[in-house]
Amino acid sequence: MMKQFSYRHTKEAKLMSGMNEAVEKAATLSDEELFSFAGFNAEAVERTGYSNYSYWRSTFQAFLKNKGAVLLLLLLALLLLFTFIQPYLPGQYDPNRIINDESGMQYRNIPPGDQFLLGTNSIGQDLWARIWAGTRTSLLIGLSVALAEALIGITVGVIWGYVRKADFILTEVYNIIDNIPNTIILILISYILKPGVKTLIFAMCLTGWIQMARFIRNQILIIRDRDYNVASRCLGTPTWKIMVKNLLPYLVSVIMLRMALTIPAAIGNEVFITYIGLGLPVDTPSLGNLINEGRALITSPALRYQLVYPTIILSFVTISFYIIGNAFSDAADPRNHT
Amino acid sequence: MLKYLGKRVGRSLLTLVIILTIVFCLLRLMPIEGYFPNFEKMTPQQIQVGLQEMGLTDPLPVQIIRFFGDLVRGDLGTSRIYRANVPVSEVLSDKVPVSIKLGILSMIVSLCVGLPMGALMARYKFRFFDRLGTLFIVCIQAIPAAVYYLYIQLYGTQLLNVGLLFDIHNPKYWILPVFSMSLNNIAFYGMWLRRYMVDESNKDYVKLAKAKGISESGVMFKHIFRNAFVPLAQYVPTAFLNTVIGSIYIESLYSIPGMGGLLVTVIKKHDNTMVQGIVLLYACVGVLGLLLGDLLMVLLDPRISLGKKEGDR
Repeated sequence: MMKQFSYRHTKEAKLMSGMNEAVEKAATLSDEELFSFAGFNAEAVERTGYSNYSYWRSTFQAFLKNKGAVLLLLLLALLLLFTFIQPYLPGQYDPNRIINDESGMQYRNIPPGDQFLLGTNSIGQDLWARIWAGTRTSLLIGLSVALAEALIGITVGVIWGYVRKADFILTEVYNIIDNIPNTIILILISYILKPGVKTLIFAMCLTGWIQMARFIRNQILIIRDRDYNVASRCLGTPTWKIMVKNLLPYLVSVIMLRMALTIPAAIGNEVFITYIGLGLPVDTPSLGNLINEGRALITSPALRYQLVYPTIILSFVTISFYIIGNAFSDAADPRNHT
Repeated sequence: MLKYLGKRVGRSLLTLVIILTIVFCLLRLMPIEGYFPNFEKMTPQQIQVGLQEMGLTDPLPVQIIRFFGDLVRGDLGTSRIYRANVPVSEVLSDKVPVSIKLGILSMIVSLCVGLPMGALMARYKFRFFDRLGTLFIVCIQAIPAAVYYLYIQLYGTQLLNVGLLFDIHNPKYWILPVFSMSLNNIAFYGMWLRRYMVDESNKDYVKLAKAKGISESGVMFKHIFRNAFVPLAQYVPTAFLNTVIGSIYIESLYSIPGMGGLLVTVIKKHDNTMVQGIVLLYACVGVLGLLLGDLLMVLLDPRISLGKKEGDR
């Protein structure tokens, strides 16, 4: 909001100074020069307004101005990169290996120290390796769910909002799906398919796409009868072209925001699904699994590190996505471009 | 108006029937192993008898018609596993009041804190208080609930010197669950009230009121707030009815004997009658909430008319 006001101020100031210059220039000219005809100039007629404005470049320029968001984006990219190179670093343990000492006893609940950077869990697995493997799984889930939901949600949402005949049916479908408890669907899917990352992503998309579609539909309803769309319809533009060229570009910033918020929501959802006992098997570490394991040890203060470390990573990832999403959606709004 | 209401109620009933039928069919897709605790040791004959006792051998339409027939007579059936041979309605009537009490307390807290917060944020837009509130809202929205609920329980119980387990008769034990449950809603009400109030404050009637010389606070709370609250009012009945459903997280964290985890438990235990009863309750709450929300908006803002809106679409 502030930005817009200041932007308008500078533009007005520029206009005013331009006018002053013109007036001063006119004062120096004689009457003859001022009131003679301007000759025909073929070159000047051909000249058109030229602007090197490019939507995406301006968006990135505006985004790069937000230092905090750029920093978080860099950190997040490093984090993602690190989850992939961590297993290849020297001296790493396998996240699922139960580590024994010389006498064959398991290293149980070793506090963070030299041998185990972040300690071990209650059955002797290295927490450092598990956290990175878990972050990888959770980020993968978050990104895939957001992408799939956006694809399905946008397609259905645009049709739902724009085609009047579809509105009634889809609204009824929404009322029904929205009232069937997600738990039933999740449990049924975990019975039919074997539990794993793919199943979880599928289940989360199955229950999540309709919310995305409804969000897009509400946005479309607001702009579908604006004058420029009515004009396009009158000129006989095909419906799909109106959808792709008129409606979607208008919604880029809100869709971006919504997608960026879906990622932390999906990661949080994974924690919740694990919490109610429908999550990934324990040999697939995920942040949900780790937090759930850590939660069981909450009563003994010495073991709390097993809960603290995963939650720190989880909070960092979700907050980063949230802030980056907000910054990017601000940048994607052409009203904030200079 | 009455005609519109009648149509709306009729459609809601139809939606309810469809939801129940779908859930009923989905439940019949569950593998039959789950119905018997010692499935491996049973002979096919025993399994057949067991299924017949539950009425699962009849064709699906017969089962559905029988279920709706019982429902019309007000009979939800009896629980089979969760609390064997106790009527579903009785199980629910034990659990629902606890959740409602918790939910209503939390709703009062979130409205009493969230609305003033949103209003003050709009009043001091871009000043210190607004930034503080925004920070709070960002944190609540970005950090998964599971995490901060855990830490509230961890440090809250030490601070208040209460045990980790819930004691229903001691009011001190209600503080933490109610507080954690409210946080999310405080952020919700605060964020949207601020948004609507900021939008509203650019309108002409606000300029007129200011031109007449009404003080800034007077305009804010007498003119803007009343208009900005209308779109929020839509959510209040749903929030109120949702208290019946309870919160899985909170109730299992503090072991509160409410509705929270009940649905998950009974689905896992294959207690079909219980699942159907609970789904009926949830769906009623959802459908009724929407209806009441629309009605409340009409009551608060005489310019909104439901019947007309339906006509011009």
